[in-house]
Amino acid sequence: MKSFILETVSKVVLFVILIFSFYLLLRGHNAPGGGFIAGLMTSATFILLYLALGPGARKQILPLNFRAFIPVGLLISALTGLVPLAGGKPFLTSAFGYADLPVFGEIEWATAMLFDFGVYLVVVGVTMSIISVLGEE
Amino acid sequence: MEVLMALVIGFLFSGGTYLLLQRRLIQVIFGTSLISHGSLLLVLTLGRLKTGRPPVLIEGYSGPYVDPLPQALNLTAIVIGFATTAFILVLASKVYQEYETDDLEELRGVDGDE
Amino acid sequence: MLFALVLAPFVLAALVPVVRKVAGPRIGLYTLPLPILLFVYLLSKTAEISQGKVIESAWEWVPSLGLSFALRLDGWSLLFTLLVTGIGSLVLLYSHFYLGPDEDLTKFYLYLLSFMGSMLGVVLSANLLLTYVFWELTSFTSFLLIGFWSFREQSRYGAQKALLITAFGGFVMLAGFALIYLVTGSLNIETVLANKGKILSSPYYPYILLLILVGAFTKSAQVPFHIWLPNAMEAPTPISAFLHSATMVKAGLYLVGRLLPILGGTELWFHTVTLVGAATMVTGALLAVKQDDLKALLAYSTISQLGLIMLLFGIGTPFSTAAAVFHLFNHAAFKGALFMVVGIIDHETGTRDINLLGGLAKKMPLSAVITGLTAFSMAGVPPLAGFLSKELFYEATLETGTMGLVSASLPWIAVGASVFTFIYSALLVLFVFFGKQRGETPKHPHEAPGLMLVGPGLLAAITVIVGLWPDLFGGSLINPAVTTITGKAYDVHYHLWHGITTPLLMSSITVALGALGYTLVGRIRAWFKSVRARVTPNYFYDQGLRLMIAGSRKLTSRYMTGLLRDYIVYILATLVTLVGYTYLIKAGGARTLQLARINPYELIMTGLLVAAALIVIRTHSRMVGVLALGVVGFLVSTLWVVFRAPDLALTQLIVETIGLILFLLVFQYLPSLSRSTEPPGKKAVNLAISAAVGILMAVLTITALGTRLYEPISAFYVDNSLKLGGGRNIVNVILVDFRGLDTMGEITVLGVAAMGVFALIKLKGKNMQ
Repeated sequence: MKSFILETVSKVVLFVILIFSFYLLLRGHNAPGGGFIAGLMTSATFILLYLALGPGARKQILPLNFRAFIPVGLLISALTGLVPLAGGKPFLTSAFGYADLPVFGEIEWATAMLFDFGVYLVVVGVTMSIISVLGEE
Repeated sequence: MEVLMALVIGFLFSGGTYLLLQRRLIQVIFGTSLISHGSLLLVLTLGRLKTGRPPVLIEGYSGPYVDPLPQALNLTAIVIGFATTAFILVLASKVYQEYETDDLEELRGVDGDE
Repeated sequence: MLFALVLAPFVLAALVPVVRKVAGPRIGLYTLPLPILLFVYLLSKTAEISQGKVIESAWEWVPSLGLSFALRLDGWSLLFTLLVTGIGSLVLLYSHFYLGPDEDLTKFYLYLLSFMGSMLGVVLSANLLLTYVFWELTSFTSFLLIGFWSFREQSRYGAQKALLITAFGGFVMLAGFALIYLVTGSLNIETVLANKGKILSSPYYPYILLLILVGAFTKSAQVPFHIWLPNAMEAPTPISAFLHSATMVKAGLYLVGRLLPILGGTELWFHTVTLVGAATMVTGALLAVKQDDLKALLAYSTISQLGLIMLLFGIGTPFSTAAAVFHLFNHAAFKGALFMVVGIIDHETGTRDINLLGGLAKKMPLSAVITGLTAFSMAGVPPLAGFLSKELFYEATLETGTMGLVSASLPWIAVGASVFTFIYSALLVLFVFFGKQRGETPKHPHEAPGLMLVGPGLLAAITVIVGLWPDLFGGSLINPAVTTITGKAYDVHYHLWHGITTPLLMSSITVALGALGYTLVGRIRAWFKSVRARVTPNYFYDQGLRLMIAGSRKLTSRYMTGLLRDYIVYILATLVTLVGYTYLIKAGGARTLQLARINPYELIMTGLLVAAALIVIRTHSRMVGVLALGVVGFLVSTLWVVFRAPDLALTQLIVETIGLILFLLVFQYLPSLSRSTEPPGKKAVNLAISAAVGILMAVLTITALGTRLYEPISAFYVDNSLKLGGGRNIVNVILVDFRGLDTMGEITVLGVAAMGVFALIKLKGKNMQ
């Protein structure tokens, strides 16, 4: 079911959606978004590419092992939680603050965002490994 | 609105249950999907509806906001629901491949070791 | 130190697999030092304990249950711990020669040492609940050891029987302990003893007594629970010597002795315990005579002797208690030795069938001497130890006071059973070791290796020494035990000769009649064998077990239909009934609240939602079904928008999209959805249940909205999201911060689900490529 229009459009749109999903991830702490949504959005992008190009081409363009995302994501989330233990605080205690960067001005950082990044990776990993394993079967 | 939702929830549960009791695996999967929609609506409805603004803090506005907790619960539930649906879908397809039927009546008593 | 005493065998048991690597087939010898060490330690405490000192240690284990890990070493437990470690040492040495290097030695020593620890636990526990725990552990290790040769059908049968009967008894006993707790508020033996009056005057007393006695009777193989012991002989012979004659089967007697001061002294106690004991003693003695298998003979003999000791505890006077303790000690010595010798005979000749043996004394002189000493000790022939305790036994039966017919008949029953004891003891010695060889044995017999004879030899020596110098053991072991049991100082001297008395007369009659009986042994055995009772306890056990298994299978297959639908019907019917019932009795107390307004377009949306769901339910095409399901999902996400849940709306939208693709991907592997027609009855049930569930959920939603039991915690999140979490999106802050642990768990579940999908896909079945 190859379609030239779909193929072309998806290639262009791919990066737009990807960037949008990152934006969703980063702003998730202060506005609607976050790891779950961004993860699903990213997966949706890849699936679009997948539908347009077929599994073989997907592997050429994106030589990513999505299954590996799951443990990596879990690890990031767990480690973020473990850090406060060293300071004698409970597991998963978060910290946040504001930093002044030269170009961007004041931005906020929070360890919870790192945690959310782990969530993001897991969601992408889970969704993509399910879909690709089914598609390649 | 809450009463209307209660009726919708009741309907979704009722229909989902009816499908669960059917003989075909695919119907069972449909049934679980309907029931999970019902549960999501149930959780949100129990936190009351439309009582304030969306739960994103706005400077200079102290409230009311709608209850954020049911939303958080539902958000994880939706994603988990997706993963479990994927799992039972794949399970069902494997069962069909193995036994060449998805009729639960015919599947009864079959054993992987046979 | 007591903790170490109980734990050491368990620790060593855990190390057995490691030790096996180092020691190879000599593992038995490597484990031997531990029980010897424990035995020596206990022996060193004898002087203190016999002065009346009690060693205690306690550790609160589960305080809320009143369960403390309290241990206590007094005169009564000292005797038992010495038996367990002493005979245990001899058995370990003996096992080394008995079991060939091909046997699963790791398993054997692991079980054996665990049993040793459990048994020490039983006799050292100062808390009844702890006693129970160890008690069941001994049943369990005994089960494992009886089934050691699990490839043999008979072993499995015997192991199961022993476990079912003794664990059943233990459970009944636990109920008795629970009643004691109810009455006294404690399970500590000391405290319970102090509240003796409360128990005796409580209306629960008969139940407490009978429940606990069932436990003791099953463990000590009393009629009618004795049937497990003969089948337990499937265990390797060292195990029979250790568990099923010297130690574990005496746990029941231990408990009866322990509780004698608390529960004893009543008519109910006297009648139950003496009569069951007497019945067991007679049954065992009669059945022992007709056995062909030497081990079976010893098993019935053990039953008989246990009955004898039980009877003595039933009489319950200090004197009879002393007789019981003394005989218990003697029995452990002579029966342990006899089992080991029978094991040697089995080992050397290849058979235990009495009809094939004979004249072994020439080839196995040492075994013959050991058997002679121990068997005649059992028969009550002077000057051996058994004679002394049998004299005490006779004397005790003469002094049972005013219990009517029972008191009058006990001496006669005692002599009667003892005559048969004499006959089967003589059978062991004369029939097996003298006369002509009666048949062809599988192996050519010769004497066992010297070290294998150490165990039985030592035990035989003890019977002689105790017989000649009874005070040596009486003062240091027997009297302290009796003192502990009765609670009053008991200091009596034991003599081999105490003049011409009624007991001596009874002993003489026993020996005379026994000797006479032995000359007719062939006829007696033939006669006994010809009597075949059909309705025996074994019949009830086998039939009961068969019926129970068949019955539960029938019952189970009736409701376990293997159909998902039926199971869901059970679950939902239960849910609807229970919740519905609770509603009916607890309804009311609703609060009025301001409901959200409904806009017309919301009404249309919900209408569409219902319609789409209806299509999912009714459709005959899977494609239509999937698309309709997608519509339901998208409508639900618009509802999230209406309900001001932007995160949910976004998530649901994407999930529905991906889900749709997922469905379509899997569809190529699923058959089309052609409807099968259900019978009308089934359909009606389905409809009724789904309607009930729907109504229940709707009512539940409305009631839950109208009820508020606690203040919602949501306000906390609203107030603190920015302050503590540093984020404005409260939902996200809850997910990644406040409830981060839940999210952590959730993404783990996601990972597991993905792994499941992956594994399923890669799974190869018979029809899978």
